[in-house]
Amino acid sequence: MPYFVLVTAILLLTSLSFYSGRNGALTMARGNLRRLHSLPSYYGAYVALWCGIPALLVLIAWTAVQPHVAEWIVIGSLPPEAQALPEGRLRLLVNDIENLASGNITRAEPDSVVMEGAAALRQVHLIGNWAMVAVACALAAAGIAIGRSQLSPDLKARNAVERVMTVVMVLASLIAILTTVGIVLSLLFEAIRFFTFVSPIEFLFGTHWSPQIALREDQAGSSGAFGAVPIFAGTLLITAIAMLVAVPTGLLAAIYMADYASHRFRAVAKPLLEILAGIPTVVYGFFAALTVAPFVRGAGEAIGLDVSSESALAAGLVMGVMIIPFVSSLSDDVINAVPQSLRDASYGLGATKSETIKNVVLPAALPGIVGAIMLAISRAIGETMIVVMAAGLSANLTANPLEAVTTVTVQIVTLLVGDQEFDSPKTLAAFALGLVLFLVTLTLNVIALYVVRKYREQYD
Amino acid sequence: MTELVVEKRERVAAAPRDQQKHLKRRYAAERRFRAYGLTAIVLAVTFLAVLLFSIVSKGYSAFWLHEVALDITFSADVIDPEGTRDPAALSKANYAQLVRESLFERFPEVTDRGDRRALINIVSSGADLTLRRIVLDEPEVIGRTRAVWVKTSDDVDTFLKGLLSRDLPESERRVKDREIEWIDALEADGRIRSAFDTTFFTSGDSREPEQAGIWGAVVGSFYTLVVTLTLSFPVAVLAAIYLEEFAPKNRLTDIIEVNINNLAAVPSIVFGLLGLAVFLSFFGLPRSAPLVGGMVLALMTLPTIIIAARAALKAVPPSIREGALAIGASRVQVVTHHVLPLAMPGILTGTIIGMAQALGETAPLLMIGMVAFIVDIPGGITDPATVLPVQIFLWADSPERAFVAKTSAAIMVLLVFLVLMNAIAVFLRKRFERRW
Repeated sequence: MPYFVLVTAILLLTSLSFYSGRNGALTMARGNLRRLHSLPSYYGAYVALWCGIPALLVLIAWTAVQPHVAEWIVIGSLPPEAQALPEGRLRLLVNDIENLASGNITRAEPDSVVMEGAAALRQVHLIGNWAMVAVACALAAAGIAIGRSQLSPDLKARNAVERVMTVVMVLASLIAILTTVGIVLSLLFEAIRFFTFVSPIEFLFGTHWSPQIALREDQAGSSGAFGAVPIFAGTLLITAIAMLVAVPTGLLAAIYMADYASHRFRAVAKPLLEILAGIPTVVYGFFAALTVAPFVRGAGEAIGLDVSSESALAAGLVMGVMIIPFVSSLSDDVINAVPQSLRDASYGLGATKSETIKNVVLPAALPGIVGAIMLAISRAIGETMIVVMAAGLSANLTANPLEAVTTVTVQIVTLLVGDQEFDSPKTLAAFALGLVLFLVTLTLNVIALYVVRKYREQYD
Repeated sequence: MTELVVEKRERVAAAPRDQQKHLKRRYAAERRFRAYGLTAIVLAVTFLAVLLFSIVSKGYSAFWLHEVALDITFSADVIDPEGTRDPAALSKANYAQLVRESLFERFPEVTDRGDRRALINIVSSGADLTLRRIVLDEPEVIGRTRAVWVKTSDDVDTFLKGLLSRDLPESERRVKDREIEWIDALEADGRIRSAFDTTFFTSGDSREPEQAGIWGAVVGSFYTLVVTLTLSFPVAVLAAIYLEEFAPKNRLTDIIEVNINNLAAVPSIVFGLLGLAVFLSFFGLPRSAPLVGGMVLALMTLPTIIIAARAALKAVPPSIREGALAIGASRVQVVTHHVLPLAMPGILTGTIIGMAQALGETAPLLMIGMVAFIVDIPGGITDPATVLPVQIFLWADSPERAFVAKTSAAIMVLLVFLVLMNAIAVFLRKRFERRW
């Protein structure tokens, strides 16, 4: 909370400095605003920027750096025999110290080294926090002083403020790139670490997946197997089922909406489909696991089929329904973009509506529809909650939709939830799977967006 | 194609009766095709209806809970043997014993140890907390006997709601014959009632279904969304303004644009991996905290809001900009004074839709550890917390029968929030949208 108070204080100072700057400008103007280069509020903003930006920047940098510096100081203050510990043990010790200092539960009863370390760490943090408060406040105050000292009727305050605003806007736009870079780097980095344990060939082409790592060296099956083919196959199976549901239904619904439905029907049905799109996936997952899966199982048993309670069919069906509105709204756009003149020409030749749709509209809209379907596939591959709740965990290599299969996203979740040992191949495997997932969906998206854009230009 | 032509030629040459037949076939095909389209929509809507009906029919019962009236003797020996009436001592007393004694008194014929334990299990294990609250609120109750309504345990409650049939063989029933006997006896005395379950809306998670509530998750969701909104809204609006109003057409802006469109389609779980690797491992931010959850969701909703904001900015006609420029406004002034206010309703609509998306999101939050079992209500953005969808996920995994109803009820609450947010968005669009 002191952090919150500090930020509030700086923001308060900033707004005060705004008024101070504006008043300064008004005094300089002596009743005639034409003496000033810019409007008075720009002078206010000028001073406020001088006050707020350096202080907030230092605050952010300080918060990022302080834990590392504190850790370094504490390690330095530890007794020499503790410092001589191997890297891994030292890390554990530091973890203990940090846990104790922040009031969490430690691994074992803390010994004197840990106690002293924690006390030292708390001391460092206390000093650091107060230093941060002092530096930030001093910077804010200095900023006000500098800003005010520069006030003069000739100061190009507006230009300066607008330049800062443009820079901020550019930075905001760059965050999108930064996010992509962050995703790629973090996935790549961890995946490369994974590939030092398991060769990429084995990962991509191996057919046996059992990521359990033994606790002891001599335990049976101590080396986990990381052949991801069954996972990819499972993902493909569920995606295929989902597409079999979503593409015909979504496409037909879109055609009906675009070319047949009355205005009133559209006004009712379209929002209903949008509701389907707005339902959180965890709700679909609950529904799939609790209602659809038992239903599918019961129906299968009634006709003498042996259906697993976590069948790919149930998960795929529900996922397909989830994607219907996605397919239908994308195809709706595409179908509406086909110029009316093409339709009119077809009607003029005596074609019925359905003939026009089948022979003229759909072929014309095909690239866009293909793009929509690709986006839908990428969505199905990346969908997580439905499969986590309704699909299985064991990696079966099968094409039978009545059996339980697992998917990439399910494996990522099961590998990472709970267990947080960051160096084991087990958790790193999740990042390798994540990388595959990201690359596949990215490829699909890039191609789909390109196709859709290209197609739009054709009729614009 | 040649076949078609040949066929057509033959058709022209054919007798009019054939033509009639052909036409009929074409019209039938037309009607069939139309019916396919309608069926598709009806199917989707039916599924929606089944989904909502299934959730509501499972969940509505969770808002009520059966209570049983016990004659509790607030004996001073148990509560306050030293007679100090010190609240600290009062809150530590063994209230569970009072509940037990009251039950044994009501059913003196139960003497067997196993039976007695079963008898105690009729009442929620949180009943002692109810008694403690009464004593702390009015200490003068000590030494008296009073009828107190306490919650039944989840199994008994499920049975009383009729969700557990009496006709099942005893071995398959969670509530055994002797327990049914006791319940019937209490019911005959008028000692069982159904009451609105306030606990569900006021408490955090619990292992006992009858004591579990969604308030902790709601607060967690609130903090997470606050973080998401404060980070994503300004950044998205600034980025949208730059890309739409200022950016020169060059390679960099092209890359940014392609990037944003791609980010909108990246699976949400990948954002969770990013949060885990960057925010948790690299920057060492706290696990399970709304702060990190909000940051991840902010990155995720950013493209949505940027795309919506750009569409809203694009909808403002150029004449407004030209008019402002003509009277000497700078380009930044044109945007801040004229274009942005006019685009604001559209931007806000997009933002609310993005927030609704973030509210329903689960997968990335699983990655950053917001799945922990957390009983306490979070007090800030760095406290461990969970959010509503994750709570639903956790309860859906619980084996207890009563959690099925709780899960459905939590889903209903989540859907109500989502409907509200979308309604606000629709209202904003309808009320403030201007068409030029």
